[in-house]
Formats: sequence, structure tokens, C-alpha cells
Amino acid sequence: MARSNGASFDWISILIYLALILFGWANIYSASLGSTSGSFFDLEQPYGKQALFVGLSIFLVIIILSIEAKFYQRFSSIIYLVSLLSLAGLFVFGKTISGATSWYSFGSFGLQPSEFAKFATALALAKYLSDIQTNIRRLDHQVKAFIIIAIPAILIVPQPDPGSALVYAAFFFPLYREGLSGFYLITGLSAVAVFILTLIIGPIWVSVVVAVIALVMFFMKSRKGPGKVLISVFAIISMALSFSVNYIFENVFEQRHRDRFNIVLGKEVDSRGIGYNTNQSEIAIGSGGWFGKGWTEGTQTKGHFVPEQHTDYIFSTVGEEWGFLGSAMVVFLFVGLLLRLIVLAERQRDQFYRIYGYSVIGILFIHFLVNIGMVIGIFPTVGIPLPFFSYGGSGLWGFTILLFIFIKLDSDRLSY
Amino acid sequence: MRKLLLYITILTTGIIFLGRLFYLQVIDTSMVIRSQDNAIKVIYDYPQRGYIYDRNGELMVSNQPSYDVMVIPRNLKPFDTTEFCNILNLSREDLEKKLDKAKIYSPMLPSVVIPQLTKSEYAILQEKMRNYQGFYIQKRSLRDYQVDHSANVLGYIAEVNQKIVNDNPYYISGDLIGRAGVESYYEELLRGEKGVKYIQKDRFNRDIGPYKEGIFDSLPEKGKDITLTIDAVLQDYGTKLMENKRGGIVALEPNTGEILTLITAPTYDPADLVGRKRSPNFTKLYLDEDAKPLYDRGLLAEYPPGSPFKTLNALIGLQEDVVDTDDAFSCNHGYPYGRGRKLGCHAHSSPLSMIPGIAQSCNAYFANVYRRIIEKYPSPQEGMDAWNAHLKSFGLGDYLGSDLSTGRSGKIPDSEYYNKIYDYPTYKWYATATLSNAIGQGEVLMTPIQLANMAATIGNKGWFYTPHILKEVNGQPIKEEKYTTKNVTTIEKRHFEPVVEGMHEVYKSGTASALRIPGIEIAGKTGTAENFTKIDGKRVQLTDHSIFVAFAPVDNPKIAIAVFVENGYWGGRYAGRIASLMIEKYLKGTITRTDMEDWILSHSLEDEYAKPLSGEPFIINR
Repeated sequence: MARSNGASFDWISILIYLALILFGWANIYSASLGSTSGSFFDLEQPYGKQALFVGLSIFLVIIILSIEAKFYQRFSSIIYLVSLLSLAGLFVFGKTISGATSWYSFGSFGLQPSEFAKFATALALAKYLSDIQTNIRRLDHQVKAFIIIAIPAILIVPQPDPGSALVYAAFFFPLYREGLSGFYLITGLSAVAVFILTLIIGPIWVSVVVAVIALVMFFMKSRKGPGKVLISVFAIISMALSFSVNYIFENVFEQRHRDRFNIVLGKEVDSRGIGYNTNQSEIAIGSGGWFGKGWTEGTQTKGHFVPEQHTDYIFSTVGEEWGFLGSAMVVFLFVGLLLRLIVLAERQRDQFYRIYGYSVIGILFIHFLVNIGMVIGIFPTVGIPLPFFSYGGSGLWGFTILLFIFIKLDSDRLSY
Repeated sequence: MRKLLLYITILTTGIIFLGRLFYLQVIDTSMVIRSQDNAIKVIYDYPQRGYIYDRNGELMVSNQPSYDVMVIPRNLKPFDTTEFCNILNLSREDLEKKLDKAKIYSPMLPSVVIPQLTKSEYAILQEKMRNYQGFYIQKRSLRDYQVDHSANVLGYIAEVNQKIVNDNPYYISGDLIGRAGVESYYEELLRGEKGVKYIQKDRFNRDIGPYKEGIFDSLPEKGKDITLTIDAVLQDYGTKLMENKRGGIVALEPNTGEILTLITAPTYDPADLVGRKRSPNFTKLYLDEDAKPLYDRGLLAEYPPGSPFKTLNALIGLQEDVVDTDDAFSCNHGYPYGRGRKLGCHAHSSPLSMIPGIAQSCNAYFANVYRRIIEKYPSPQEGMDAWNAHLKSFGLGDYLGSDLSTGRSGKIPDSEYYNKIYDYPTYKWYATATLSNAIGQGEVLMTPIQLANMAATIGNKGWFYTPHILKEVNGQPIKEEKYTTKNVTTIEKRHFEPVVEGMHEVYKSGTASALRIPGIEIAGKTGTAENFTKIDGKRVQLTDHSIFVAFAPVDNPKIAIAVFVENGYWGGRYAGRIASLMIEKYLKGTITRTDMEDWILSHSLEDEYAKPLSGEPFIINR
């Protein structure tokens, strides 16, 4: 494989990547195995197609690592524009599969541009933020950065694919790393807290809690802390948010949205309707025990009790057939990969490289958090794939490109 | 600080995930059960229940197929309901009601629409089945009785109740289990082992093939055929003789302990408790508080044994060396024992020694013997316990340990018992206080099977095998140690000779001399037991019970029998006649004394049983 400027590719990341896609394929094989077991590479079956996708990914990896690192930096804007065009083109040429117009169709294969928009956006954001003239502490620059992130997200939402749009929240991590005020973090987290608390205890009690916190802060009289005006504004906005969340939840959300939250919050138990997926997924994982039932021996998996098991719910197969040891292994692999990538990102001297790295980490992390959180029943049902694991060519290639551009960039770090 | 945020977030997420996974997979085991419930279907394959034969190989119980009409509501297609209802003799409303019920139970799982079709209903329906999609016929196996007697011996089978399901993991709701009799005691032999198939299901509850290629599946194992020690011919004959009477007959083969007959009257046809008829018929039998047809009198009824018990006192007297066969006691219409009390006796010559004492059943003779036994010891307590120990060796006052699903211990009092009722040592008691034991009245209680076993033991001159009803399993004789080990009594063999002779004398010249059978020598003993009931809280005496115990032939007994007829006046009148007919039937195969047979068959005691219920004053023993 090509080397550039002395530094080698990060084999730790590459080995974890290989482990994840191979283990992922083994589980897809089990989850999509019909009553008739054909060849491993039966292209009529998901596991056969996925084998092809994996093969093509390796090919893709070789290409990515062969291209000059500077290419990605130089052409980031163009890649970004092409990506936006491909998203916009869906409104005209898109193919609708199970209600979502997310695909371009090529015979029996489809391409999902939203999977490729992630790395394109990451490149564009890195390019903009690393520009000498950009200052992340300036509001107008913050707005511009926000627009870069928001355009693809806005194009994706109406497909409809709100899950994939949610992933763009991942770009908060590189922004924060590069100096975005912690105010946004506090504001964001407060908003999430207010939102969840409102659903659990209602807006009146939330207002009481906010008022008490505000009063305590008022009388602490800390010099370093925020001013009285800011505290008051914050408190009032929180209360208003709480009431509007309540209003939106009750009057704007459709019942299916409300159900998704209520199930995670434990307010409702509905194992036949919307809760069916989560319930079946928990049964499958829970029945795995310490060591699991063995590869292709999962009774829940064989009975296809968990819907979408080879795609979004692939982790439930791991849980059932490989038990706690297998599923903990997958969690360790992901956490290991993410932490390793932080190490890589932090050793970059070029800001572009680091921002891109943080974007990769953020995107992978959000997928990991939302997908496994959903499958084990601690996160609302949001349909996004588990990177390198879930069935799907576009997804696999999107994540492969995302990761390997960074590995290529990392290998190029010594050229400065 | 800015570098740490992602580290902390990622690590926290990892830890939360691991915690949640640990909870779901290792701590909370409820998911495993729910997974079994919805992914694996268990199908049982029921084997044929074993057949039951009598000792001569005559088939008593076999199986018959029965057909249930089942429905899976989801698979129903429109069909000709009029034709369907006509075939099954069902109203349209009934059908709709049944289908609605099935739908409520489950649209996907089978429900029974009409249980247990007859063969002819099945034959007609079977041709038309293809027109009725969603319906199918499930074959079950029911008992088919080849005999109309022995219901008490055989028992019956019925669906398991919730308690059995909870206690015994073998059974699931809807399974059949033997209840009462041999069906219950030998349930595990008869039922076989059901086969099991594990089927992997998908989320639409469809079968998608065997679970793990069937490595956990098993084939059904047919139930074992069993041969009973019962003689079906004798059983049938005894049942006929006991018609219109209440009581029990137990006959044993003395040199093996095999139970030849076990009859209770009144009884019922075992076929009454099969299939759809079972439930209403069982309720009817169960609610018959007066005649109690479900109560096995041969095993459960504890009666004062009366005079047959005297033979045991004679044996104990000889063994304890307190009496000689030549010792004679005088009797003046009874035995006076202080303060003007007297144990009455009937008119006979006096004084009598042992053999005529037994033959004449003299109460005074046995009162003397009994007193000598008890008073041989320094205290009445020790005497009583010595007496009790001899009787226990005959299997009395305790469960026999036979392979019958039910039984009673009877009662033989001991010193502890009398100490308690007389409040010893505040008050003392003496042999005379317990004198009714001398003649088998009072505190002594025995069941008919214990009486029969007593006769067998005397016939064997001092030992018995535990009575049992199982002879062969799948044609192989049983080798149960319990039934092939002699129980030896505390009485030496030589002491039995005069007692057997006395019992033979009963038949030759004594109280049973009217029962003689040409060519058969019987040793027997009549018994007449007073009995009481309560009417409106008052103790009222009823007509005496009629008891007879015997064994024959005297020298080499082939049958020992006890017959107990409630309110049968006196020993010879009903029980004696029935016993002698039974012995003749068993030993000769034919009845020479047809007049005696006719007398028994034509005489009913129903009037006697109606007396205490009539509410009118009545006269007993008449």
C-alpha cells in the first residue's frame, strides 16, 4: 500500500475496522439466513450482497489511501457541492423504498446519497474552519459554519429520514474542540434536560425546578458566575421552552412520535404496536445470556421476530447469538476505535486534519450512541445504521470513505 | 478541557451500554423465558396407553380412537354451515358461539369445536372435511372397556387439573392422567412417555422447521401392557351376586398374595366415565351420598370384624401359653364380668373347649381366653401391648402396603389408647374394661381386605405375602421384593392346626353348616356385627352386618375370601352364601347349588337400606 512522507497508516484503526465489518457480516448472514441455506455469496440474499459490498469496500480503501492527501483538502468544496446536488436530485430522480425517497436506483442496487453527504460535509466544514480568516468565536462565522452543516440536513429531513439528519448534530464536537463557546453546550444540554423533564414531570414542575435553581444561583453571588440578567433570561426561556415543548408534544407531534418517547421514558408499555421492535429486540438480546446461543442458533433471529434485524437492529443478533461477551466485545471495539481516533486527531498539527478527524469521531459516535441505545431500549426509535455493521452498501461505503480519508490524512501528518 | 469532553462522553456511553447489556443478558432472566415462549413451539406426540388384562389373559381395558373437530379461526373460509351443522347435529347458533369462542381464544391457534365424535359421526364428516377449510380432525385415544365390572379396581382417566400440572412437570394442561384404581397407581407404567418435537416459529407464528435440527426431540414410548392378578370371571360373578346389596368382597390367593377379586357394591359400569359422558356421570356418582358408589368398601370400609376375630384371640392364647386346646369354659348365655355386667351369648352346649368354641362362636369362651392373655402380664398395659404386637404381625391396625391406590389402616387398640381414654394413671383400667376385643367388637376395626388377608394367613398357617394386584408387565412377571417376601406372624405354625380345625368345624357342623359344597372342604368363620347410625342426632341401631371369612380347600388353600354385606342380618345369611358360591365358582368353575345362587340373585337389601331414610320407626334384624 502506498505510503506518503514516512508515516505509516494507523493499523490499530484498520484492524478494528476489519474486525467490525467481518463480525458484522457474520451477523448479517445469520439474521438474513432463510430456511434454505444457500451459498455464502448468494446474491439474492442480503448476506451475499453484503459480501460483495465488503469486497468493494476493500477496493475503495485501496483507492482512498492511494490518492494524495492534499486532494481531499483541495477538492473538499467540490465534493461538498456534488454531494448537495446528489441530495437535491433525489427530489426529481429518487426512488422510493418503504416510504422514503432516499435512493438512486441502478438495477437491483441502489445508492443512498445521504450516506456520502456525511464525509462531504465533514470535509467542507474542516476546510471552512481551518481557513486562516475564519474565527469560530465570531458569530457570523458560527452562522456560516452552521449553514454548511444545516444544508445537507435540511435536504435529508423531507426524504423523510429525520434519523440521518440528526447525525449532523455530530459536528458540534469539532466546533467545540476548535473553540466554540461552552455556552452552546450548556444551552444545548439545558434544552435537552428541559425537554426530557417536561415529558416526565410536566411543564409546571419543570418551571418550579428552574425557578429554584435560578434563585440558588442568584444568592450565590459568585463573581465568576453569570450575571443576574443572564440567569433571569435563562430561567424565563427555560420555562417558556418547557411549556412550548409540552404544547408541541401534545399538539404538533403525531401519536407515533409521542409513542417513541413514551416507550423509552417507560410511560407506556405497548409490546404489540410501536413498542414491538424495542420489545422484541430486548427479548432477543436478553435471551442471549452470558455466552449467547451460538452463531446461527438464535431462535429469535431465526424466527425473524425483530424487524429490520439485518439493518438497524443487527446488534440484537449479536446480543442473542454471542451473548454478553459478544455484545460487550462490540461495544469495546467501537469505544476503542473512537478513543484511538481521538488520539489520531489530537496528534494532527494541521487544523484541517484535526477538524476532519473530530467530525469523523462525532459522526461515528452519534451512530453508535443512537443505534445501540435504540436496540437495547434506552433511546427512542430512530432509524440509523450501526457503522460497519448494518447491512447496506451505501452505508458501508460512506463510513469506509469517512474513516479512511482520515487514516490517509493521519499518515500524511508528517508532511508539515 | 475541550479535549476531554469527547473522551468522557464516549467512555460514559460505553459504560452505560455495558451496564444495560449486563442487566438485560445476565441479571434479568425473564427474557430467556419470553424468548422460549414466542420462538419455540412444543408439540407432544401421545403414545397409546397400555392395555390391562386379567390373570387369565382376558383383555379388560383397551383404547378406542376418538375424534375432536378442531378449528383455526384464521384459516376459515366460507362453508356450507347448514350441511356442517346437520352432520354434527348442531344448531347454527351453537356453531357460531363455538367459533366466536375459538376466535377469542386465539385466531391462530387450534381450538376444539366438537370434542369426541362417535365413529359414525366421524365417518360422515371425514368425507366432507375438504369442504371445510380451517377445520381439521384430531385423533385422541380414549379407554375402551371390555368389561362392565371392576370400575373400582381399574379406576378411570381424566384431564389433569392445575395442581397436578404445577406439581409434576411431565404433565401439561389437557393431558390425561389415571385417577383412582390401577390407572392411578400404575400411571407411569400405563402412560408410556410422550414424544416431543420442538418447532422453530417465526414472528407470524408459522412453523419454519425443527429447532436445532431436532436434537432435543424424542419419540413417544408406548405405555406398558399390564396383567392384573384379578380373575375377571370371578369378579363378574361376585359383582352380580352383590347386586342390590351393599358391601365388599375381597378374595386372595393365599400362597402368592395375589388379589383375585376386589368387589364393592353398589358399583357402576366403567364405560360410564369415558369421553363426553364422563363429567355428568361422575357428578351423579359423586353426589350419591347414600349408596356411595365411588366408595370402595373392600378397601376403605372399616367395620368391627365381629366373630372372625375370635380365631386370632385363640391363636394368641395358644402362643402366649395361657390356654390349652383342651381347656373348657362354661357358658350360661354369656360371660358375667363384675357389677352385674355380662357379655351375652346364644344357646349352645356348655362347657366348650377350643374347637367347639370356635365352631359355636362362644362369646364366653373367648372372654376367658382374652382375659387370660391380658392378665398373664403384671399390668394390663403390658398385656394389651403383647396382644397388640401379635395382631400387628398379621398386618392389622396398619396399612397393608399393597399396590392399590387407596386403603385404610383399620384399628387395633394398644395400652396407650386405653390409658388415654381412661385417663390413666388417675383412673386404672383392667382387662374387663376392654372385653369387647375378645369378640371383635368395640375398638377393633378391620377392612374387608384385612379380613381376607387374615383368612389367607391362617390358611398358610402363619405367614402371608403382601396383597397385590399387579401380576405381569408386558408379559413379564413382576419381581417386586415387597410382594415376594413372606411376612411371618408371631404365632408358631403348630398353633394354627387347632384353629384351622375349629374353622373347618364351623363349616362341617357349626354356624356355616348350611353352606356346604359337595367335594370342597372349607375353613370359615361367620360374623354378625352390630352397627349403629345417627338419625336426628340420636344413636339408632340398624340391622346387623353379615360377615364371612373363609379359605379353601382346607389343606392347601387356593382362595381366601372375606365377604361383608351391610345390614345382611347374620353371617350365614348373605355373606356366607356369597362366599361359598364364590369359592365354588373359583375352584370348580360351575355352580352346583343353583337354588342358593337364585336365592342370592333374587334377594335385595334395598328395603333394609331405605329404613333409616324413611323417617318412619322400623324394626331391625327382621
